[in-house]
Amino acid sequence: MTTERWDNDPVLTVEHVTMRFGGLVAVNDLTFKAGRGDITALIGPNGAGKTTVFNCITGFYKPTMGRLDLAHRDGTRYMLERMPDFKISGKAKVARTFQNIRLFSGMTLLENLLVAQHNALMVASGMTVGGILGIGGYRAKEKEAMERAKYWLDKIRLTARADDPAGDLPYGAQRRLEIARAMCTGPELLCLDEPAAGLNPRESAELNELLLGIRDTERTSLLLIEHDMSVVMEISDHVVVLEYGTKISDGTPAFVQNDPRVIAAYLGVDDEEVEKVEKQLDVLTGEAG
Amino acid sequence: MTDTAHATSRPGPDYAKAAKDALLAGIIALGIFGPLVGLKTEQNMSNELIVRNDMASALIIVAIVMAGRFLLSAFVFPRMGARGKKPTVANAIDEGVKPDRTKLYARLGLLLLFLYPIIVVSLLGFQGSLKWVDNFGIQILIYVMLGWGLNIVVGLAGLLDLGYVAFYAVGAYSYALLAINFDLSFWVLLPVAGILAAMWGVILGFPVLRLRGDYLAIVTLAFGEIIRLVLINFRELTNGSAGISSIPKVTLFGIPFDASPDGFAKMFDLPLSSAYYKIFLYYLILLLALLTAYVTIRLRRMPIGRAWEALREDEVACRSLGINTTNTKLTAFAIGAMFAGFAGSFFAARQGFVSPESFVFMESAVIVAIVVLGGMGSMIGVAVAAAAMIGGTELLRELTFLKAVFGPEFNPDQYRMLLFGLAMVGIMIWRPRGFVSARQPTAFLFERKAVSGSLVKEGHG
Repeated sequence: MTTERWDNDPVLTVEHVTMRFGGLVAVNDLTFKAGRGDITALIGPNGAGKTTVFNCITGFYKPTMGRLDLAHRDGTRYMLERMPDFKISGKAKVARTFQNIRLFSGMTLLENLLVAQHNALMVASGMTVGGILGIGGYRAKEKEAMERAKYWLDKIRLTARADDPAGDLPYGAQRRLEIARAMCTGPELLCLDEPAAGLNPRESAELNELLLGIRDTERTSLLLIEHDMSVVMEISDHVVVLEYGTKISDGTPAFVQNDPRVIAAYLGVDDEEVEKVEKQLDVLTGEAG
Repeated sequence: MTDTAHATSRPGPDYAKAAKDALLAGIIALGIFGPLVGLKTEQNMSNELIVRNDMASALIIVAIVMAGRFLLSAFVFPRMGARGKKPTVANAIDEGVKPDRTKLYARLGLLLLFLYPIIVVSLLGFQGSLKWVDNFGIQILIYVMLGWGLNIVVGLAGLLDLGYVAFYAVGAYSYALLAINFDLSFWVLLPVAGILAAMWGVILGFPVLRLRGDYLAIVTLAFGEIIRLVLINFRELTNGSAGISSIPKVTLFGIPFDASPDGFAKMFDLPLSSAYYKIFLYYLILLLALLTAYVTIRLRRMPIGRAWEALREDEVACRSLGINTTNTKLTAFAIGAMFAGFAGSFFAARQGFVSPESFVFMESAVIVAIVVLGGMGSMIGVAVAAAAMIGGTELLRELTFLKAVFGPEFNPDQYRMLLFGLAMVGIMIWRPRGFVSARQPTAFLFERKAVSGSLVKEGHG
């Protein structure tokens, strides 16, 4: 087996992660690596445990077993399984979006993006005390934060609506805003939970462009869950396939696309065909061995 | 279009329907007011409860209800039906208050507040002004301040705190006990009371951090009761339900307001009157309330204030953005409690007497009602609601002319709670999100546009 790019310089290493809810094993001994500067896609049929993996990575769940190791570009490493969720986003710089969009709907677009820069601004305001008294460089820092927010509003082409409430936006724009908000935290790894869900083909194409832009110009690594195969095959560099909480395939999009186990998982097969595929697999593993 | 055409072309009011409507309303009103107003229980000489019949008053009320309902359904409802056909989306947009006008109202209101004692004194003289400055001015401003303080916790952070009066009590007792036992002045104890109340806010905050919604409300309610029960039962310290009396008054930087030679009146060669002290207290509570408003307005533009509002909107998203929700909630509790502590120490100094009686659950409920009626998160709305609710109930005492209608034994003050409830139901129907439901954004790129209340969340409790 050749070593792939993501094995050499992984931003995220998931090792033997298992997540049990009572008797249900949602994720079973999952091991994979997400390469730095890659778009890694996590795919699989409904109920395969993709979102559970996401929640483990971002600290919303604590995995029953296993290690989650995040390596920054400067070499700092974080053991995500031991950190509370807000530190994973604040310190380890893992940002995420949600399957059902979670914007601050009563706040304006600009405010949404300013809240995302909370930690930096909090320090600049001298933990609020300096900001209230008007000492320290809070004003300048806030201006900087506004500039950053404006930069991202430009990127998602919503600058004109900066002062409108986020809840007023159409669905596709809300998805883009959620991504921009996550990017405003300055993440090392951006985790997107079904970013293309509910988008029309044109919006979906725009999303691809945005995500490629994030990878190439911001040099942020992406990890995404996606059902839309056109998005997955078009933009991802590396695909990991889950079924019933277990990894069944891991490789480049082209490799995964032709993997008989993936095809079987997605399309289902006749009993005869299962036998045929199993025989083939035996042959394959025989060859590999 | 067809709807409006239909409504306007209708030939005259439908009296038969209106009469039927009025009859129905009359029956309901009789069911409610018959027992409530018509039957009175009184204690006689041998301490027995006897029922006294007062059906005449009840029937008068029923008659008023029927007449009102008749007029409404004959003349008002058909017109409202024609007008109310506007699409709801348009209504939601209309709700947005023009920010420049809001600012103008705020300035005018502020000016009025500063001139209020002067106006009252010039109209009624020093002695006549006492009631208006003390019962109305100071009383309302205390609740405005409490409302603004609770607004941080409920309106901004979205944490429903039903035990807010506990912090008010902490502030009041802190001042009372420290002033009596250690002979410290009000100006030293004001910040101390604030800090102590904030400390108790954090102490309450810790156990309730994991709770949301109804559960949070119940635990805060229990906390309020615990504080009150401790005040009643810790007799050695608090003197139990008898309360603490002869609490020192506030001095104007060392000048006392009394008849002594170095007192305020003598010093400025003025005739002796208690009105000076009341006017002084009025300006003191006004400044304290404005301090609350100023700090809240500043805090909303700070990262912490935005984090509070974000917490109200979506706590999970907050954590995904690296916001420490624990600290954020605790600061909301602490700062809200601090202002209650300030108000409490002012209350103790003004009354000269504190007892657990003043810190019952009803007080918490009134403050929460003020915040909800005013529109959660809105400073002006809360101030208006406090004026309406506290001023309104005080005003009831003044309505002596009602005695002419209902007989000399009628005491409008007894109907306080009934009217209170009716007013709340009415306002919640008319404006379900409070007087000022629109939210002012804390930052803008091009122009400040108010956010419609229908998009703003109430928080998880």
